Amino acid sequence: MRDANLAGESLSTGPAEAPDTIRVLVAKLGLDGHDRGAKVVARILRDAGMEVVYTGLYKTPKDVVQAAIQEDVDVIGVSLLSGSHVPLFRELGRCLREEGAGHILVVAGGVIPEQDYPALLEGGVDAIVPQEARSDLIVTTITDLVTARGRI
Amino acid sequence: MTVVTHSTRPRRAAYVPSADLVKDVLAGRAIAIARMISRAEEGYPEAAAALAELYRHGGKAHVIGITGVPGAGKSTLVSALIKAYAAEGRKVGVIAVDPSSPYSGGAILGDRVRMSETAAAGGAFVRSMATRGHLGGLTRATLQAVDVLDAAGYDPVIIETVGVGQDEVEVVTAAHTVVVLSAPGLGDDIQAIKAGILEIADIHAVSKCDKPEAAATVSALRGMLALGGERPGSRRAPPVLPVSAVSGERIGELKDAIGAHWAHLNESGERVERQRAMGRTRILGTARHLFQQKFQEAPETLERQIRAVAERRMDPAVAARALLGWEETP
Repeated sequence: MRDANLAGESLSTGPAEAPDTIRVLVAKLGLDGHDRGAKVVARILRDAGMEVVYTGLYKTPKDVVQAAIQEDVDVIGVSLLSGSHVPLFRELGRCLREEGAGHILVVAGGVIPEQDYPALLEGGVDAIVPQEARSDLIVTTITDLVTARGRI
Repeated sequence: MTVVTHSTRPRRAAYVPSADLVKDVLAGRAIAIARMISRAEEGYPEAAAALAELYRHGGKAHVIGITGVPGAGKSTLVSALIKAYAAEGRKVGVIAVDPSSPYSGGAILGDRVRMSETAAAGGAFVRSMATRGHLGGLTRATLQAVDVLDAAGYDPVIIETVGVGQDEVEVVTAAHTVVVLSAPGLGDDIQAIKAGILEIADIHAVSKCDKPEAAATVSALRGMLALGGERPGSRRAPPVLPVSAVSGERIGELKDAIGAHWAHLNESGERVERQRAMGRTRILGTARHLFQQKFQEAPETLERQIRAVAERRMDPAVAARALLGWEETP
């Protein structure tokens, strides 16, 4: 696929097209020290051919947004198990807008009760993947979101 | 049934032409810098003119290569250097390379884990890149990424290679100053006299000097260098510096040694020679890439040669010459 691109594949195939390599930042926000799940997701995305930047634990939304901008990722995937998802995702969305990084998609995972879904979506989350999701569902969610957004 | 809940406002974004990014890169805007690096990585033909313009604006930054075995402590060392340079008010650009999976093409880029705090505090620009099949410790677009950071005003620009084995020495033609980081406790002193990576150092650093084994590694390296160990074309014996990035011990000395090497390159005129070597490698590397690309555009011709070679009707050397049009196809 990459070779086709290096061979000078034209960019005019339309806006609804994913970049050749999808880049994802997998992050943990706030006081949540459990990153086994985040690492498993990172591995799943790697095996699906994506480039995954892993940032480590205890990050602030501001740190994550700055890293996502420098790494030019298509998606920020955040796993949260701490219960403080509503304020943290709201802050993440605010930082993204403030930095003019509205092109970066946000996918939420972890332990998130359904009654909080509207608040997350309102705060700028693009998709919420429930914890029982199989690996292929995580992959297609990201691929579909990036394809719909288009190449940047 | 497991379902993903989506926002009702699907996100859309437009492609910004590379020519429009140049001004923002030169002004140091992070989003534009990052995007430009991605376009170099993807090899978009549309970005070629913009990258050429940025190349003309570069050439100011001191490019430092840091290489060493996996786990030697390269990322931790880079993090400590970012902090040391930030204390002098210098903004560091970092390109950190990690390997791509040979099977899926995906990658886990984990160098940031150890850099995020110092990077945020020190105003550094850290970019992780995957090798994408390129061998030698760097990626095809590493040097273009360096150009972008250089043009954006980052100085120094540090290239952290993948964890290398014994002969991934490509960084030597990518950086002005090469720091080879050795970790204590990995093998006996015969490792120190082997050919390969140890020969490319302008500066040897030994990590984890808080550990007792570090002294043995330092003395093995010094012993090797006592027999003559400067890089061919270099008129300066490389120092061996024990450092501990965790405690911050002697990081200042390493930074000063890097600075002294840069001063030496500038005063002795060696910088010009290194820049020529860098230019040569880049031209030939790009030419090789363009060749490959050309043959992939015409897969039938290549396919014919592959069949002939596989069936032993032709040998690979003749097939390669035929592909280049240097030999009549029998």
